[in-house]
Amino acid sequence: MYSFQLPEFIIDRAADRCIRCRVCERQCANKVHSYDAELDRMFSGEKDCVGCQRCVVLCPTLALNVRPRTSDYRPNASWTRDKMQNLKKQAQTGGVILTGSGNDKPYRIYWDHLVLNASQVTNPSIDPLREPMELKTYLGRKPDSVKITRCADGFEVETESFPNVAIPTPLVFSAMSYGAISYPAYLSLAAAAKELGTLFNTGEGGLPEHMRREYGGNAIVQCASGRFGVDADYLNNAQIIEIKIGQGAKPGIGGHLPGEKVLANISETRMIPIGTDALSPAPQHDIYSIEDLSMLIYALKEASNYEKPVSVKIAAVHNVAAIASGIVRAGADIVAIDGFRGGTGAAPQTTRDNVGIPLELALAAVDKRLREEGIRNKCSIMVAGGIRCSADAIKAIALGADGVYVGTAALIAMGCTLCQKCYTGKCNWGITTQDPFLIKRLNPELTTQRLVNLMQAWSHEIQEMLGGMGINAIESLRGNRDHLRGIGLEDWELNVLGVKGAGE
Amino acid sequence: MGKVVVKPEVCIGCHLCEVWCAVAHSKSKNIIKAFLYEDTKPLPRVIVEENLPVTFAWQCRHCQEPDCVTACISGALTKNPVSGHVEHDSSKCVGCYSCVLTCPYGSILINEQKREIIKCDLCAGLETRYCVSHCPNEALIYVED
Repeated sequence: MYSFQLPEFIIDRAADRCIRCRVCERQCANKVHSYDAELDRMFSGEKDCVGCQRCVVLCPTLALNVRPRTSDYRPNASWTRDKMQNLKKQAQTGGVILTGSGNDKPYRIYWDHLVLNASQVTNPSIDPLREPMELKTYLGRKPDSVKITRCADGFEVETESFPNVAIPTPLVFSAMSYGAISYPAYLSLAAAAKELGTLFNTGEGGLPEHMRREYGGNAIVQCASGRFGVDADYLNNAQIIEIKIGQGAKPGIGGHLPGEKVLANISETRMIPIGTDALSPAPQHDIYSIEDLSMLIYALKEASNYEKPVSVKIAAVHNVAAIASGIVRAGADIVAIDGFRGGTGAAPQTTRDNVGIPLELALAAVDKRLREEGIRNKCSIMVAGGIRCSADAIKAIALGADGVYVGTAALIAMGCTLCQKCYTGKCNWGITTQDPFLIKRLNPELTTQRLVNLMQAWSHEIQEMLGGMGINAIESLRGNRDHLRGIGLEDWELNVLGVKGAGE
Repeated sequence: MGKVVVKPEVCIGCHLCEVWCAVAHSKSKNIIKAFLYEDTKPLPRVIVEENLPVTFAWQCRHCQEPDCVTACISGALTKNPVSGHVEHDSSKCVGCYSCVLTCPYGSILINEQKREIIKCDLCAGLETRYCVSHCPNEALIYVED
């Protein structure tokens, strides 16, 4: 059927700069650029351009300019270009519109309406370059109280302790599975986590056997609805085991890794035949209640000899506080909340853009509810979904988070430009593809370094901001909403966030 | 003695090494001027071999016992005893291409216009080795032996 779609991007090529080196042509997996030897000229077919900017960045003479083509139709606040394009696409295909990465709609970003405090006169600020500044974070259940007895050579802790994982910074890499992302991308996350001493999350695609010894000590392993790649060795090599109930980008629906992406190594890791679609069911089929969840939590604890914290990851949805309470009561040591701006390799656009609630509100509600019920110490709270910078991370911690998952930001550090075409498997940046030619674009050595640099930069910035507040340990900021003030927020929003307005 | 070594597993086949090698050996060293305005088209000394998904850049290996030097009938190719580099003196080159035939790596290329050979000189006289410093994925590295 003839397509009524308009091209999404305009490509300008400066004729006085183009040297016909054909780098753009070679770098584009969508075959947008081509060379005509007869005319000694480059042509660009804009129809297939996804605006990933790979050709622009690689062009040695900066001859290319790729920009969105935004205003083709008569302006209409209701029938926007996006809406009309989607309608035409659906009229043509009759299918669900797929997309990748996170919700890009202009919902209120609460991070941008929260400001931090700083010390002036009455309490001293601290210079993190001169004085110790502790970012060490412990993930896992904490005891209700600690009983200590005096003994001959000092003190002895009588209270039973629970398995906790210590990380030097509250920043952790989000769940991104091997299969959804390429091996070099996955390896880089693991290697960066190892170098930093923090954690990466395997997602639901398993952990390749050859990586288990080396990177298991930095892995959060997921046990999701498809149970891909789960075996005893996988669980026991990890630091934390995470049950994935939901994902912020697509609450209520499962995952779909197309068969074309399931190559030999991925099939081995996921324990499924080569070329078969890896379909994760929407629910965990053995979990229909908090009691069922409890059974899985304890099955996993049993399988790992009660030595590892078990996390339960849910998408931020309307009743998230009550759900989180149930999860803690079911025995989880960590509750991970994924907000609606969290990323994905593939999701129906309508789900991504319309389902779930903002992380900030969900986090504040969960932290408040668990405190009110007196069970906040029984779990750590991890947050994910739309953490864009160190300020977002520190605000999340002040709202009550223990650890912060960094996903999309890490991908951007690798090269991602949020073109949202992850689901096509033709990522020009070598991230969400399994094409053996495209994955070489990530040099794991360089990518690891980029990720390490990013996390270090954020950690330094967090230290600076903590010092400014006169705090010398991240533990003192955790859930300390007095250090936050809201700007431009309604009363109900301030109420849910549990923060005062600026000036109050 | 050093040489440029390739890491095929991270070579992205962009051919930027060829582009910048040509610039390094152009008159102006300005990429746009060299390609669009100089009289002679700039030619690279490095070639990217391709059989997708395998790609890698390849240039003179500066062999310990270079066949090309032995084969050179005019004394244009010499092995520098100090640096170990295989050097080409174009004023002596007669364009017989004996070296092209003997090079086991196919690393000696031909400048048809001038009827002489061109080969990697490891960017002698320049601040950086252009193919190495311009590789966007650091797939080319210079190693000292």
